[in-house]
Amino acid sequence: MAFSQPWATAVEIAAAVTSGKSSAVAVIEDALARIAEFNPTLNAFTAVTAERARARACAVDAAYGRKKPLGPLAGVPFAVKNLFDIEKLATVAGSKINRTHQPAQRDSPLIERMEAAGAVLVGALNMGEYAYDFTGENIHDGPSRNPHDISRMTGGSSGGSGSAVAGGLVPLALGSDTNGSIRVPSSLCGIFGLKPTYGRLTRARTFPFVASLDHLGPFARSVRDLALAYDSMQGPDLDDPACTQRAAEPAMPQLERGIEGLRIGVAGGYFRQGAFPEALEALTLVAKALGAREEIEIPQAHRARAAAYVITASEGAELHLDRLRKQAREFDPAVRDRLIAGAMVPSTLVVKAQKFRRWYRERMLELFERCDVILAPATPCTAPKIGQQTFILGGVELPVRPNMGLYTQPISFIGLPVVAVPVPLQPLPIGVQIIVAPWREDIALRVAYALERIGTVAAPKLSLKPSLKVPA
Amino acid sequence: MATAPLDDFIVAASRVLAISLEPEWMPAVKTNLEITLKYAAMVEEFDLPDDAEPAPIFEA
Repeated sequence: MAFSQPWATAVEIAAAVTSGKSSAVAVIEDALARIAEFNPTLNAFTAVTAERARARACAVDAAYGRKKPLGPLAGVPFAVKNLFDIEKLATVAGSKINRTHQPAQRDSPLIERMEAAGAVLVGALNMGEYAYDFTGENIHDGPSRNPHDISRMTGGSSGGSGSAVAGGLVPLALGSDTNGSIRVPSSLCGIFGLKPTYGRLTRARTFPFVASLDHLGPFARSVRDLALAYDSMQGPDLDDPACTQRAAEPAMPQLERGIEGLRIGVAGGYFRQGAFPEALEALTLVAKALGAREEIEIPQAHRARAAAYVITASEGAELHLDRLRKQAREFDPAVRDRLIAGAMVPSTLVVKAQKFRRWYRERMLELFERCDVILAPATPCTAPKIGQQTFILGGVELPVRPNMGLYTQPISFIGLPVVAVPVPLQPLPIGVQIIVAPWREDIALRVAYALERIGTVAAPKLSLKPSLKVPA
Repeated sequence: MATAPLDDFIVAASRVLAISLEPEWMPAVKTNLEITLKYAAMVEEFDLPDDAEPAPIFEA
């Protein structure tokens, strides 16, 4: 039974498998063939788990044959950033150093939950080394490439996730977001990404970066797929001390509720400074479509970004301190030098940043008493060229690597849930953040779904050519 | 926060932390530390009351 629709959504695939119109094996063979055809160009995957995927697909088909209930993601191929534990693979987290680690003995719980819902893991995805990156470049594995223009960055650090989903290699991928690493690649690759509330999805058995800022979440080409994956992964997990004990709060049943009655504002001030015209154009289009007129001033957003920067430098350095002592030459130099500097930040300054964080959280919660949704750009610009070191923001030349997260950092700093939605501008897409109060992912997804239905946001279906020459 | 003596600070800190800092890494480490300290100063200058609690909560 053939199934050859590279742009099929997860919902469509699951419906086809559940109804018997396609076998899971056919879906997975099709995905594996597409990965084999296009991954040499996109460099999204660092490992393809073909044997495991075929076995898993056979199990889904066997369950269908026995008339057992199939999960909502039956037969849907997905892939994960290579910082997720995958049984029998070393969790490399974009590094050379971790390649010598023992293979993981068990999948991360988010993979287990996706597969419990019927999804089929097909591989591990490229990422910036140890997630300290906004470019999607990797000195060891090469850069993941943007399917819209392979000479351009995917954004990072979940670069392979952005590339694989935007390129139609898989309908769903998982990534991590410490300061913007789901939202930045979503923006540059023109797809949907959900960074849930801090603590919503378990991070157990994934390689960390900054414990007090790390989140995990899904990427997709449609809002329904995003919600379906998110719902499949919710729920408490004692293996992650930060994971909430709240019961799952499914967002899928809420999608159709629309935006009626929602108070939607647009972030001003800091979130306009430095933005390229395309970022402001995308924001205006989304705001207009939603009828959002009120400008919201997020207090001290510049300091929030600064504090997130300081905490990241310090906590990230602590994580890697022993490796910096013993294996410093094996790091990507750009990552190593940032981590060494982070190790030297006085602890007094880090504690102050953590105190400021609570102050800022209180102010943001006050803002959410008078609005339900805040819109902001996801990135200051569309995808820069791979290898581009600097760009001009607000008239100042700044390095690309740390500054693509200018607008994402003040939001993840206090763990607010965000859906990044893709505005299909020409020649390149760019994202807008739909920011909501803690634990209200359902509202952000409702707004994203409403925008998708009226066509303001969409993940473009691209014509990829496997013969595309990869730039040197 | 003064950053003029930063070279000395980096050399001393690398010794205290037992990180073997290669001379060719020094300019990038210094640039990164300067940027981080600039951001830290931006946070540090923001007045908070003495009873301000840090964000992470430990539950015994």
